[in-house]
Amino acid sequence: MCLFNVKDGFLEAVVRGYKLGLLTTSDYNNLCQCETLEDIKLYLTGTDYGPFLANEASPMHTTTLVDCCTRKLVADWRYLRENAGEPMGRFLDYCTYGHMIDNVVLIVTGTLHERDVQELLEKCNPLGMFDAIASLAVAQNMRDLYRLVLVDTPLAPYFSDNLTHEDLDEMNIEVMRNTLYKAYLDDFASFVHRIGGTTGEVMGEMLSFEADRRALNITLNSIGTELTRDDRRKLYANFGLLYPHGQAELAVAEDFDQIRSAMEKCPPYQAIFSRLGLGETQMLDKILYEEEVRQLMNTYEQQFHYGVFYAYMRLREQEVRNIMWIAECVAQDQKNRVQDGIVFTY
Amino acid sequence: MKALMLGVWAILALPSFLLLLYLLNVDLAYLFFLFKNISPYFWSALGISLCVGLSIVGAAWGIFITGSSLVGAAIREPRITSKNLISIIFCEAVAIYGVIVAIILQTKVEAVKPNADGSYGLAAANAGYAILGAGSVTGWANLACGLSVGIVGSSAALSDAANSTLFVKILVVEIFASALGLFGVIIGIIMAGNANFTAQG
Repeated sequence: MCLFNVKDGFLEAVVRGYKLGLLTTSDYNNLCQCETLEDIKLYLTGTDYGPFLANEASPMHTTTLVDCCTRKLVADWRYLRENAGEPMGRFLDYCTYGHMIDNVVLIVTGTLHERDVQELLEKCNPLGMFDAIASLAVAQNMRDLYRLVLVDTPLAPYFSDNLTHEDLDEMNIEVMRNTLYKAYLDDFASFVHRIGGTTGEVMGEMLSFEADRRALNITLNSIGTELTRDDRRKLYANFGLLYPHGQAELAVAEDFDQIRSAMEKCPPYQAIFSRLGLGETQMLDKILYEEEVRQLMNTYEQQFHYGVFYAYMRLREQEVRNIMWIAECVAQDQKNRVQDGIVFTY
Repeated sequence: MKALMLGVWAILALPSFLLLLYLLNVDLAYLFFLFKNISPYFWSALGISLCVGLSIVGAAWGIFITGSSLVGAAIREPRITSKNLISIIFCEAVAIYGVIVAIILQTKVEAVKPNADGSYGLAAANAGYAILGAGSVTGWANLACGLSVGIVGSSAALSDAANSTLFVKILVVEIFASALGLFGVIIGIIMAGNANFTAQG
């Protein structure tokens, strides 16, 4: 705490400044009143997104709006990453490996469906780009994928031997994504605990929520598929509130009620599920997002730790998702549903 | 947990050290004679250097903690810079306290002839110890004070950037923190008040 500001004090203050520019509830209410995409663009020009939206020509599409907003996040992140010392630089890189995994899976899936590589590259998350990402399209199976491209990236340690014997098809790609993500979460958690101190505590909590959330989503998505219970168990991370007993119960759950009873044995998740009502599954995503945003905003209560950087990235992404939802509702003339999809930050 | 282990270690260290000396047949009386004959000018020089040195470490620490946060937060909210310089000034005051007490202490040091066997008279020995004590008190108190004011100042800058009504409240916390340095100065001056190398008896 006393020596944190030597290397990282300036950037912590900068990122807190960025966080002050997040859209508030009144901003979202004003955006919901907009009639066209031009109105949305006009309103957003008065917020922190101004310089990134100002030169866009009308007519606006939702994709251009979302691209401009994402460009702001990328510009902010680049500033932070370029000015970061160590170990903050490594921490910031760790935050982006999740996006790298998503990009790899996107390109591999797109190539499987015979899409054009350039088109896929444009859809990739800019925070997770690396050199040679375009050559992913050349790989025919997982061993090539690893040997040709991924061995030089930070994702290399997350590939284990049993992963590289598979062919690339739909099911195996999803299993690959979740295996990589599990290894990434374990690695990230051990990294922040090595840093220790407030960073270890704050990030430990957020990563365990992320691990539990992914366990829940994997279980929900694999009900009724041919994924065996053991395989499912192998995709859960090795930490989190549900580790190991909750995960053992989740692994054998076959429908939503069993999942719900497994999760409700854990007091924080019982509070979340009690807001859900009986038999509902649609609102689960939104409630999990709200819980995540609540935890992310809580990281700003403490000073002298790295959690605020991770939280800023996640909060901006949530904001871009909100803007996309509002823009889509406006573009498709479904304004009555606009309040359903927004997760308020302030 | 770590603090508990450290406390237990500290309590066990001194008796075990003395036991070691006894077992090794070390002549404790001779060790005490050596300690008694260390010149009081050594102790007073040590006291004065601790006073200035630790005060400046405290002030510098506080200034860099506050300054880096202030500069970063001012990128977004330039209005905070002028008010938050108060935090920097509080830290700087800590260094000035150290310099003032050091100057007071060094005016007390006067040359005194030692006795025939090399030891110094009672007044000189007492004055040496008093100046050591006064300097240490001021130095350590200012170190803690500077560090405390620095951390609070950093939080003050960041919360002022978020909500400008918070600054005055946090300033009250900083004022309490800066009182710690004054406590050190007061005790230091009281301790050194009676120090007189050339007193009779």
